[in-house]
Amino acid sequence: MADAEEGRVTLLATSGLIRRYAGLLAVDGVDLAVPEGGVHAVIGPNGAGKTTLFNLVSGLVAPSAGTIMFAGADVTRLAADRRARLGIARTFQNIRVFGAMTLLENALTGLHPLLTSSLVGIVARLPRFRREERQAVARAREALALVGLQAREGERAAALSYGDQRRLEIARAMAGGPRLLLLDEPAAGMNPAETVGLGALIRRIVDAGTTVLVVEHDMRFVMALSDSVTVLNFGRRIFSGPPAEARADPGVIEAYLGAKVAARLAAR
Amino acid sequence: MAAWLGDLYWTYQNVVVALGVNGLLALSMYVVLAAGQLSLGQAAFMGLGAYSSALMTLTLGWPFWIVLPASCVAPVAFALAVGGPTLRLSGVYLAIATIGLGEVLRAVYLNVDALGGALGLSGIPEQASPGVIFAVLAAALAVLWLVGRSGTGRAMEALREDATAAQAMGIDVGRVRLAVLVASAVLAGLAGALSAHATDFIGPNDFGFEPAVTILSFALLGGIGSPFGPVLGAWVLTLLPEVFRGFADLRLVLDGLVIVLAVLFLPRGLLAWRMPRKAA
Repeated sequence: MADAEEGRVTLLATSGLIRRYAGLLAVDGVDLAVPEGGVHAVIGPNGAGKTTLFNLVSGLVAPSAGTIMFAGADVTRLAADRRARLGIARTFQNIRVFGAMTLLENALTGLHPLLTSSLVGIVARLPRFRREERQAVARAREALALVGLQAREGERAAALSYGDQRRLEIARAMAGGPRLLLLDEPAAGMNPAETVGLGALIRRIVDAGTTVLVVEHDMRFVMALSDSVTVLNFGRRIFSGPPAEARADPGVIEAYLGAKVAARLAAR
Repeated sequence: MAAWLGDLYWTYQNVVVALGVNGLLALSMYVVLAAGQLSLGQAAFMGLGAYSSALMTLTLGWPFWIVLPASCVAPVAFALAVGGPTLRLSGVYLAIATIGLGEVLRAVYLNVDALGGALGLSGIPEQASPGVIFAVLAAALAVLWLVGRSGTGRAMEALREDATAAQAMGIDVGRVRLAVLVASAVLAGLAGALSAHATDFIGPNDFGFEPAVTILSFALLGGIGSPFGPVLGAWVLTLLPEVFRGFADLRLVLDGLVIVLAVLFLPRGLLAWRMPRKAA
């Protein structure tokens, strides 16, 4: 599949994606196409279905209907760990670092799929085990360096500040070199300076070749960073296109500000 | 050996054996707890190891060096059989399910004549010397230490901390849970076989609910930051009744008290130290 306008390959495509929760349609027939490369944002009012969409894409929640294609393969029925192995990594809205583990150990868990030694290899410390472990440690350190936490690799993750835990989550997700990184509200709870730093970090991640799909509430952040925006409301896609157009779209304004305000703005 | 040392050994041989066997049982509890699973099937696994090994020795006449590894077969088969349906459970639900399975097995030992019924099996030759028992315990500790400092050890701890995040990192949650259950069955099965061949008699009540809770208290008291914690806990709880001989009838009360006090005042156990997870 190729994107006609930009000539880029579609990395992630959902079609007719539906997730029902006891009568509530959290995600209601969403078609999403994310081209490879760049930053793509999913925005929408609270309860629009953004996090459910992320859970569907990463495999933590099974869809009620619809399909999810990743890099040309149908991953709709694959478990979350299998999708992670294919290159879909994510962070969580409510931070989920492994608190008792050190920063380096957290980053190492992101490399788990690359460790293939058998029990015998592990216990006997065979050459392949040593090599894999050494390579994993080197890549975990690179991931920590990417987010600027390399100097604190031996500290417990629980001891980090909120903003640093968010960055550690990104390092853990990036350690395995994913093709697609899902960031669920990465700027939540960050101060303005940290948010600027986060924007620069996401730029570095994209420049290194990973496609980023981000759910975010901070509009200035989204508008400055994203190449394309998808707007959800009540589980439905109401807009998809460049960020500047999203800001001017009457349907998007209505979803955020209500019909009355949208009409007044249109009359001006 | 000096005569007084020999006397001391003969007096306390049962305690020495119990230190080794209980250490292994504590490790069998540790491997599941280290991956965040609260399984109480360790006594049942131990019973399967004890009964199957006793039958191999008594009726088949196999030598002990074959019987010992073969004693893992029945517990592992049981772990694989119950693993599938119970892996979807976690927390207290898994604990209840595994207690139930243990009680089912106890009823089987009680009612099957070939297993001696309520009388149990006796006349098992005492082939498991303290040397063998402690060699197995040391080997188990070494394996758990080495595996703990590898990707597998990190996957287990990640699972204990946050199974959802672990899965999103590409860790196959079901596979790790089944693997730790099988490892637990191997360790408890070995403990059962060693115990059966060190004490000459086994009975159905050796493997019921009471020992299951006692084994849990080993790990809770010792702490699960490293495999050494549970062994320490087992040794303390094995030696305490010897020190307080007079309280023999109150053993379960003491065990319960230890669990409550450990949870309240030593949430990370006597040995709170957490082992590093990187292969040096």
